[in-house]
Amino acid sequence: MRPASLRSVYAEAPTPPSPASGGGLGTGFNPRELKREFPIFANNPDLVFLDSAASAQKPRSVIDGTAEYYRTDYANVHRGVYRLSARSTELYEEARDKVRRFLNAADRREIVFVRNTTEAINLVAQSWGPAVLREGDEVLISELEHHSNIVPWQLLRDRTGIRLVVAPIEATGGLDLAAFEARLSPRTRLVAMTHIANATGTLVPVERVVALAHRHGAKVLIDGSQAAPRLPVDVQALGCDFYAFTGHKVYGPTGIGVLYGRFELLSAMPPYQGGGEMILHVSFDKTEYQEPPHRFEAGTPDIAGAIGLGIALDFIEELGRENILEHEEALTGYGVDRLAHIRGLRLLGAGQRRLGILSFDLDGVHPHDVSQVLDQHHVAVRAGHHCAQPLMERLGLSGTTRASLGVYNDEADIDRLAEALEATQEMFIR
Amino acid sequence: MMDLRELYQDIILDHGRHPRNFRKIEHPTHFAQGYNPLCGDRVTIYVTLDGDRISDVSFQGRGCAISTAAASLMTEVLRGKSIADARALFAQFHARVTGGEPAQELTEPLVEEMDRLEPLTGVKAYPARVKCATLSWHALEAALKGSGATVKTE
Repeated sequence: MRPASLRSVYAEAPTPPSPASGGGLGTGFNPRELKREFPIFANNPDLVFLDSAASAQKPRSVIDGTAEYYRTDYANVHRGVYRLSARSTELYEEARDKVRRFLNAADRREIVFVRNTTEAINLVAQSWGPAVLREGDEVLISELEHHSNIVPWQLLRDRTGIRLVVAPIEATGGLDLAAFEARLSPRTRLVAMTHIANATGTLVPVERVVALAHRHGAKVLIDGSQAAPRLPVDVQALGCDFYAFTGHKVYGPTGIGVLYGRFELLSAMPPYQGGGEMILHVSFDKTEYQEPPHRFEAGTPDIAGAIGLGIALDFIEELGRENILEHEEALTGYGVDRLAHIRGLRLLGAGQRRLGILSFDLDGVHPHDVSQVLDQHHVAVRAGHHCAQPLMERLGLSGTTRASLGVYNDEADIDRLAEALEATQEMFIR
Repeated sequence: MMDLRELYQDIILDHGRHPRNFRKIEHPTHFAQGYNPLCGDRVTIYVTLDGDRISDVSFQGRGCAISTAAASLMTEVLRGKSIADARALFAQFHARVTGGEPAQELTEPLVEEMDRLEPLTGVKAYPARVKCATLSWHALEAALKGSGATVKTE
């Protein structure tokens, strides 16, 4: 799994193969075998990890590849004349190419490295927002959004006097497309919407959202945090204007994320932050800025993070994104069936198309108590509002318990979850 | 890891399921809200003071078994206590659940009340849950200081 490109420029002989190579993943995959590619499971043998929607575990290739980069190729990027800096720059820019392929973007300059999805959305809100939007213009979001796709628009609203419009969900938890369409107005300039709702796993028909929004002349930003690890994403086929995702949920390092933006939009946008890397020429009177993507990457970037993200995307491509989708769909279906047999358990978004996330309410037991007992059974899940408080309030809940899947999960993990939930009921409901 | 039943003792499960004094006082002399932004739990504490004595105390809200039981037990031990007694109990309780040193020795009648709160001290092995046990006490303190406030645990 270790990419051949990660090799010291100064080494005479090739470096020995890393322990990650020869993993033999082949076509399709077996989650039980795959667990061996993730050292966390060797170090926590009983762990049933069902919190990948918060952050995914890291394969050996990412951990070792990142360390290897620091050991053999590390130097600051761009403008370095010496070989090591050139090498580091090459690896960093190679990672950008990998992201371009991952999203099927038309042009590598459309890929901006940021810290995470949150920063990607804030970048659009703070750069594109004031440059394009005028008082009374509308940004349309949905009730399914994570706080990171709500608060940046509220900040923009408070600065510029735009209106923030919210498209409602149906009673079953899916986006109400008719109501969404009804909220598209001549003043709607941007639709910012999640691809998969993080709190419920509901899959949003983003193709329809994009088509409807474009028909009304609005641009579209998709929050791909939960979709990027689970679905093949093709931004050209989708036709969206911006797409954001974060590295740590696609089995990559923390601290690195991606904003995709169509080049004509990015090139018309003012810088987001000022500093080194993003300039062509600086004098005290006037500064000329770089073209995208560098215009938006002020300061020394997370070089190792970007390279680690590239390795994570290699890992995903090697598994096959259709295979991952098939795995997640099958296991999600198994989970829905298994949880349906637990008395008093109500799955959120029942009947909705969902992927990789099972969010539920266990009658009479608070989510924090549920997750505490599950932890005793070595089952790691998340409890609470999942940074989607408006959605929780809409559903009349203070929070839920959320189990979310990764490539390393299998049916045995779901069975352990179900057994631990039954033990939880045993304890609290008597 | 300690046995989970140390955290969820029968008395806690009982008070979690059937909280005592879970009602609104219509005309309290003091009240305040406690809010835990971490989990979104909320509790409102109502107090009726007669001089410096707590003649009635109750709560409402939604929370986990620990925070519900903690509020329920708190209302039980505080009825009839003076404000000074309530503060001394909170200081002692806070020290016990955080594993700190108690500020002062409790007087004999209060030691007995503290024993009733003992089942809640299991949270000290679970740092993420300490705030569940103390939320209602923080709200009580806010109520006694100035009515109508909202205190946050973060």
